[in-house]
Amino acid sequence: MSPALALLRRDLGLLMPGGTQGGVLPLLFFLAVAMLYPFAVGPDAQLLARTGGGVIWVAALLAAILPLEKLVAGDVENGTFDQLHLRGISEELAMAIRLAAHWLAFAPLLLVATLPAAALLGLSGETTRTVLLGLLAGTPGLAAVGLMVAALTAAMRGGAALAGLMVIPLAVPILIFGAGALARPDESAILLTAAISLVLVAIAPFAAGAAIRASREN
Amino acid sequence: MQAQLIANDIACRRGERLLFKGLSLGCAPGDALQVTGSNGVGKSSLIRILAGLLKPFSGEVSTTGAMGLIDETLALDANQPLGKALAFWERIDGCRDPSRALEVLQLEELLDVPVRFLSTGQKKRAAFARLLNRNCPIWLLDEPLNGLDTQAQKSVESLVALHCSGGGIAVVASHQAMALPDAETLAIEDFAA
Repeated sequence: MSPALALLRRDLGLLMPGGTQGGVLPLLFFLAVAMLYPFAVGPDAQLLARTGGGVIWVAALLAAILPLEKLVAGDVENGTFDQLHLRGISEELAMAIRLAAHWLAFAPLLLVATLPAAALLGLSGETTRTVLLGLLAGTPGLAAVGLMVAALTAAMRGGAALAGLMVIPLAVPILIFGAGALARPDESAILLTAAISLVLVAIAPFAAGAAIRASREN
Repeated sequence: MQAQLIANDIACRRGERLLFKGLSLGCAPGDALQVTGSNGVGKSSLIRILAGLLKPFSGEVSTTGAMGLIDETLALDANQPLGKALAFWERIDGCRDPSRALEVLQLEELLDVPVRFLSTGQKKRAAFARLLNRNCPIWLLDEPLNGLDTQAQKSVESLVALHCSGGGIAVVASHQAMALPDAETLAIEDFAA
């Protein structure tokens, strides 16, 4: 098995629900928001159907913050990236693999959980489809932002809380276009969301890799 | 290509402090180098510079051959059983048969134990198992005797001696005296800035 595949297998094993670091907590959190929202605004079916898509987007963004604490910090602390560096696996490659594993461990299950969440909010089939397409286009970008911020805050004490705060402004463009797709009849907003995601995914391994190298100088 | 490790006139700065300067060393196959010095003079920093993990403030390091590092970090997932955690590095290093290293370091009975339950000495032995399975010519060891009992210290000393007699290079930073045949000593205090 090539080293990159071995690393992907390990990262998936750690991050997937059932792995040593993975959990279903972000998903339960996501569903809990969708469940609480009707209690908070009342059983007005029209209001729920009109605002529910946006609520799902906010819930997805907040759920994406939860796994960040353990995404990178543990491996910086226990020297895994040092050992990989000695084996010729650059920080950039390690981060690209971590990004793929993070997205795989988080996004597909979130898309599945969107179906019960949409049912709880009484969304129409058309709206649910738009939300799903938007999340499919936007979650790679959310994962990329999360990885960059997790790598930047990995060497800091109490970095996790800061990471949560840093992700929110960086994720705003994804939220604006992803949730904005709900208000438009065509798919241009979803395409823009996908474009933002692509840019973020392209930058993330380099930014996160540089952050890990810089953390060695502390 | 024969393994070698050369550092030329390197200086190390941590924060605002210059730890050492003008330090040069050269290791050829079979060489063992013991780096000595009291706490905080830069032994660990020197090892990390040689490993390419830290940039020297000035000077340069050139190495030929793969390097293996043992330092105070373990790089094994604390929640996984030892066998599974080591298996990841065996796959990365392309090691087919880890059994000899496990036998030498007496780790066979610990393979099912989660890494977080291992004692300090057992963790150090696990790090040595990974180093042996990597099968690389240059060993960089930072305080390799920490936490080991007398018997394990002896077996580590003989592992390093065996490695060097087989044409390997070992650089050992330790505040404890380590019995290494024909080892040269480098006192970092001589290069203090």
